[in-house]
Amino acid sequence: MSVRVLLPNAFQKHTDGAREIQSSAHNLPELLSEIETSFPALKTHLRDEQGQVRRFINFYVNEEDIRFLGNEKYSFKDGDEVLVIPSIAGGCPPRVETRSAPAGQCRCCSYCGQEECCCY
Amino acid sequence: MALAYELRCRECGKTYPNAPLSICDECFSPLEVQCDLEAARGSFTREKIAQGPDSMWRYKALLPVPEDYVAPTPAGWTPLLRAPRLAARIGATNLYVKNDAVCLPTLSFKDRVVSVALANAQIFGFDTVGCSSTGNLANAVAAQAARLGLKTYILVPADLEPAKILNTQVYGARLVRIDGNYDHVNRLCSQIAERYSWGFVNVNLRPYYAEGSKTVGFEIAEQLGWKLPDNVVVPMAGGSLITKIRKAFKELIALGLVEEKEVRFFGAQATGCSPISTAVKTGADHIEPQRPSTIARSLAIGNPADGVYAARAIRESGGWAEDVSDVEIVSAIQELAETEGVFTETAGGVTTAVTARLYAHGRIRPDELTVTCITGNGLKTTDALTGAYELERPVRPRLADFETYIEQQIEDREDNRFEEREVVGGASVR
Repeated sequence: MSVRVLLPNAFQKHTDGAREIQSSAHNLPELLSEIETSFPALKTHLRDEQGQVRRFINFYVNEEDIRFLGNEKYSFKDGDEVLVIPSIAGGCPPRVETRSAPAGQCRCCSYCGQEECCCY
Repeated sequence: MALAYELRCRECGKTYPNAPLSICDECFSPLEVQCDLEAARGSFTREKIAQGPDSMWRYKALLPVPEDYVAPTPAGWTPLLRAPRLAARIGATNLYVKNDAVCLPTLSFKDRVVSVALANAQIFGFDTVGCSSTGNLANAVAAQAARLGLKTYILVPADLEPAKILNTQVYGARLVRIDGNYDHVNRLCSQIAERYSWGFVNVNLRPYYAEGSKTVGFEIAEQLGWKLPDNVVVPMAGGSLITKIRKAFKELIALGLVEEKEVRFFGAQATGCSPISTAVKTGADHIEPQRPSTIARSLAIGNPADGVYAARAIRESGGWAEDVSDVEIVSAIQELAETEGVFTETAGGVTTAVTARLYAHGRIRPDELTVTCITGNGLKTTDALTGAYELERPVRPRLADFETYIEQQIEDREDNRFEEREVVGGASVR
């Protein structure tokens, strides 16, 4: 059994840039320990002083908030997509260097939606 | 000159230079703008504010924009109305309405937050902006982005009121209807903001956007003659507005513009989407998300981003939160219009109905100076009143016909009085 787990940008500093992992966890507690084993640097950031997962971190399974599905009791199904989103908001870390791309190097603009667009 | 504001994590306190960023990379909690109050002390005085424009930009010194920023859209500075007729109806004697139903340019308080957010979108160099919205924010982003020549992607739940869709499209905005509720839209926008280099006003620009709400608090204090009220009643969707009005009052106290006072904050929600009021009532320190089901779509956020902070602000201030049914919301819309001539949308119906209940339950005493915040215009949600009024038969343009019409009116009124006397122990709906 395998689930696809998408990590937010805010985690990447602690995951060596990994944005996505495949997991064989059966439920949320197992997934958390797997993430913490794979990325030990993330552990202290993911949990508060009492060892609880920080309250601003939300988990979604196939577009639904896991709290509506039974939270820790929900059993992952093969092919589930798990989204981790902090605080229902997000953002890009500062990317000042991309804004000064030499003219003519990139013909797209941010509106075109190309991932590597650098002329916004 | 260095900017007199920066980003700071609301939980761990880590600070960040100004950037389109809303999450702390250490503890994954929300970031907030922290203004340098000492730097503003010289420019944020009663006199200098009075010399400023008749808009929210009179408070520029405590908003996250550069000192020389010139705002292209004069949002805010809406009326603070004494509301004696509504007060008499609900058992109050010292009630005011802060009327953002007439906030310009798009008739909701979202014009304030969008003004600040788009100023920062330009500073960060975005050519495309967007938002997830329950309607009012969509209108505000579409209008102000048009004026600034920014491209837009605006995401809304597919079942949004037709007026709010039209009032977004008319500005040439690209409106994307999402097959889901607001929480689905919001989650998707969080992902989009990480994937595309767009300025989402309530996602990656959220810390800047939220500061615009402080101007509601600044205006209330100034319009009361630089005095703080005893109580404020505020509608809650994401929960940001109530916390920012409180922040505004604290900043005014810190800078000595008003006397120190602990204002009590009361939150208003629809029962069909009441995660924050439920947390306040049960004393919970977390928010249980809900699946919204209410006509107050602009408040229908089941997983509010600032819910814990709103609940905390209410609790710390000694206030309370209430929620009301859809029937009460419609009645309250009518009651506010009939008594004070203010036509509000469903969210204002929520606030008005909750205000009435707070007096009825003795949570607010009649003589306390109370401000109830109306945040949007009724013309945007006229569907909520469908069936509430009948269109009468046209009268022929002759005086005799008009006299007949008036006589019929008088007869009908007398019949109604008779029927009312017949009802024993019956209670008025309103």
